[in-house]
Amino acid sequence: MGKVFAVIVVAIAAVSTTIFALHLWWPPPDISVHGAGIDHELGQTMIATGVLFVAAQVALALFVWQGSDAREGRTVKRFPGGATPLVAFAVVLVGIEILALTFVGSKVWANIYIAPPDSGALHIDVQAEQFAFYFRHPGADARFGGLHPDLIDDGSGNFFGLDPANDTTARDDIVSSSLVIPVNRPILLTLHAKDVGHSFYVPDLRLQQDFVPGLVIPLHFTATRTGKYEIVCTQLCGLGHHTMRAFLEVMTPDQYDQWLKTQAAQQ
Amino acid sequence: MPSERARTSPVPAQTGVVAGIAAITMTFAAFTSAMVMRKGGASDWAPLHLPPLLFANTAVLVASSGALEVARRRLRRDAPGGSMWLSATLVLGVLFIAGQLAAWRDLAAQGVFLATGPSSAFFYVLTATHAAHVLGGLAALAYLRYRVRRATIAPLGTLGAVATYWHFMDGLWLYLLVILTVFV
Amino acid sequence: MPDTHGAPQGFLRQYVFSLDHKVIGKQYLGLALVAVCTGMVLSWLMRWHLGWPSAAVPGLGAVSPTGAPSGMITPEYYLSLMTMHGTIMVFFVLTTAPFAGFGNFLLPIHVGAEDMAFPRFNMMSFWVTFLAFAVLVSAFFVHDGPPISGWTAYAPLSAVGKDAGPGQGMGQTLWAVSIGLFCVGQLLGALNFIATTLDLRTKGMSLARLPYATWAWFITSVIGLIAFSVLLPACILLILDRVAGTSFFVPAGLVISDRLQPHAGGSPLLWQHLFWFFGHPEVYIAILPGFGIVSHILPAVARKPLLGPKVFIACLVTIGFLSYTVWGHHMFLSGMNPFSATLFSVPTLIITIPATVATLLWIGTLYGSKLRFNTAALFCLGFISVFVSGGLSGFFLAQPSVDVYLHGTYFVVGHFHFVMGVAAMFGIFAATYFWFPKMFGRMMNETLGKWHFILTFIGVYCVFMPMHFLGLAGDVRRYSAFTDDYMKGSLPLHRFITVAALFTGAAQLLFLYNLVRSRFRGPLAPANPWDATSLEWSTASPPPHDNFGGQPPTVFHGPNEYGVAGRSGDYIMQASPEPEPAA
Repeated sequence: MGKVFAVIVVAIAAVSTTIFALHLWWPPPDISVHGAGIDHELGQTMIATGVLFVAAQVALALFVWQGSDAREGRTVKRFPGGATPLVAFAVVLVGIEILALTFVGSKVWANIYIAPPDSGALHIDVQAEQFAFYFRHPGADARFGGLHPDLIDDGSGNFFGLDPANDTTARDDIVSSSLVIPVNRPILLTLHAKDVGHSFYVPDLRLQQDFVPGLVIPLHFTATRTGKYEIVCTQLCGLGHHTMRAFLEVMTPDQYDQWLKTQAAQQ
Repeated sequence: MPSERARTSPVPAQTGVVAGIAAITMTFAAFTSAMVMRKGGASDWAPLHLPPLLFANTAVLVASSGALEVARRRLRRDAPGGSMWLSATLVLGVLFIAGQLAAWRDLAAQGVFLATGPSSAFFYVLTATHAAHVLGGLAALAYLRYRVRRATIAPLGTLGAVATYWHFMDGLWLYLLVILTVFV
Repeated sequence: MPDTHGAPQGFLRQYVFSLDHKVIGKQYLGLALVAVCTGMVLSWLMRWHLGWPSAAVPGLGAVSPTGAPSGMITPEYYLSLMTMHGTIMVFFVLTTAPFAGFGNFLLPIHVGAEDMAFPRFNMMSFWVTFLAFAVLVSAFFVHDGPPISGWTAYAPLSAVGKDAGPGQGMGQTLWAVSIGLFCVGQLLGALNFIATTLDLRTKGMSLARLPYATWAWFITSVIGLIAFSVLLPACILLILDRVAGTSFFVPAGLVISDRLQPHAGGSPLLWQHLFWFFGHPEVYIAILPGFGIVSHILPAVARKPLLGPKVFIACLVTIGFLSYTVWGHHMFLSGMNPFSATLFSVPTLIITIPATVATLLWIGTLYGSKLRFNTAALFCLGFISVFVSGGLSGFFLAQPSVDVYLHGTYFVVGHFHFVMGVAAMFGIFAATYFWFPKMFGRMMNETLGKWHFILTFIGVYCVFMPMHFLGLAGDVRRYSAFTDDYMKGSLPLHRFITVAALFTGAAQLLFLYNLVRSRFRGPLAPANPWDATSLEWSTASPPPHDNFGGQPPTVFHGPNEYGVAGRSGDYIMQASPEPEPAA
């Protein structure tokens, strides 16, 4: 029985490690400036945990295999050195691992969430609601109109609750159901929620941030590749949670200008 | 033998009360931090004017702790009057609860209810939770008085445990009074 | 001293409102058994829908005509299945069975006492927990259905009432009431565990000689004392927001179902902080008894002492302490101050050290061992394997920068199922196979047990390892279906997982059958079938009403005397007056 167990453990470890190592399921190509840091951390962690995973499962399997030896007269043996080498190993090796990952990782994190956005960043306002995302560009006046929840009327397309009749800054705001941005340009998003908690997740962009009702949360990034990518909601928000998504469209600067002109004409 | 053990090791009732006090402390710590976060996070905090009755109630509760201590001393020395002072503690405790109810009625008469605003919400939640625990203490005191009247030897272990709990209710109320006055 | 009670008469006093910790422990285990079967069936429905979203479940339409009309699982029904699955499993299985169930039965015996310190509180704690379960299950039957906000019940979705959608009416309120009651039940239980461990130890049972499972139950009860005391006020505030018009968790200006909500000033993050301050210690409450159970059983089946027992206890204490410092790692992306993320990630990574040490001590114990491969042993070995797997995936999530990508994906689901749904469950299985003879006086069937183990061990890896792959590919959790183009490519892997889950679920029938059959037809068990050392093996199987037949034992040794020349064999029992052999 012990030998069967040992073989199964080794087999499971081998199959799992192989699948991870072959990247059969892996993040999509990174299209962001900050993403390389995340991918590096992920890769390093994968290697470190992979080594520990294989070592631990193999040690378990080996000792179980040896422990299944049913010969008469065998005496039990104490682990050489007792508990001390194991404690030392855990503290030193895992400790070093932790220090390294924290040191490097905190810089990657700070780059995304603590460093201020580029001063010339393109500001886009994002509203999450049950069950859609809406995006707002400030328009030609480069200013956003005020938001009035009591004026929200999805039926007439006033998702944000703008008051163009009384608020001049609101008149040229461009509202879209896609997040359209130019490539290689710093972007600043401000996230707010209309109703309950939501989250903004673009795997390709290596970016995720919860929407918290009552708060306006900034999020900045720069996209490095054109294309169309999915934005999905990752915070349970009700029965339509699994259908709540939008598209991030990264365009060349010319395409983006063209898009902006067309949108402005339609608003 | 179990009785030998009782002389050398702590009475379980006392351990249980200490653990219970730790738990109750954490509950009020949670309410306190919720209050701090709520007050700091929004601009709709309207200070509350505490009904003056609360201070009279405080005196009643402190007096009840005093009465309990007299009862404890008498019972420990096997002097007469222990049971009577326990009754006094109970009466003062009931008076405290009645006083708290009256204080709530005072506030309600001014139009201040649970949902009126965040400060009143916390006022009612904190005082109600404290009162609920005081009621539990009253039940323990009543049970203790019953045991004392029935027994030839006073149940000193249980007495000590109940006294610890009751004094804690006292101290907890003083803490709440301070934060309600200063913060709410 | 506990209120000593003589053996009760009558069916109600003996089996229903019993003060006897052994009966109460079995009642908790019975409750957990009902809960785990319920929770597992819910998960089968979830997996069915994830694998085949357009396939109807035969017969479900008759059971749930609104939630699953003609057997087609609606999105809200899926989310309510998910919410109830998580709630039932975390609270009524993983907190109840390893801690309240086995702890209640064994702790007084382990310390040499006649019963718990407060038998009436103990009885109350079970019935309050039972009531909590009844209230939770009643949410299935209310008009609007059970809540859909997950076991984490984030505000404002959980706090605004029925405007937020199906299940968020009465169902959510019942959920909050149920969990509040559960807290009360667990707090009463914790008082008992703490007082009994500290005050009722028999002569010679110093703290240093306590069995390792007992240490784990003791530390778990201290963690629970603090954690449940915070969840209870959180539930109270949530209920008030829902029914009394307060705004603890709901800010102003929310428009839900086209209605401007009448709340103002509340903070959704406040709910998250309160919940996770409880929630993270809760997962250690779920796993630490398993640590203790493995450390208790492993020496007996390896026939050698646990390596580094004092170090192991230190690990338990350290984990218990650190568990209170890490809750923010559930909230890295929540919108809280990003500096806090770095702050929380440090203790989160540090807590891997005592967990690693404990795992290495088990593996080190296996070195040079003479293993007896009974089913309890197999589940302990399996525990080690799955805990390694689950623990290591935590390493990724502990780093905020990596969590940016993996948060909210199936990677998280794989991680917590490995450590809770598998490792903690393996602890429960090991405990069952090990202590069934003591509890019921009969042996379980070993052949059925070994098949149960092998099929389950392979099965759980097939179910939960692939979830890490899905997460790496960006597959989002809590989705009722993968429609449109997003992640459609993950469907084959989801189908594989579903098949594995149904297969593994079916394998549990072996366990259920074994339980029932052995209870009535198993061969009679001797007092010490495993040649183990702790006090439960010094008394009959099952123990008499007062545990030791009127003679409280005296303890001469710690629990770790294995692989030594003792009078009865290669071990010395704790209550045996023989001297320890010279080192």
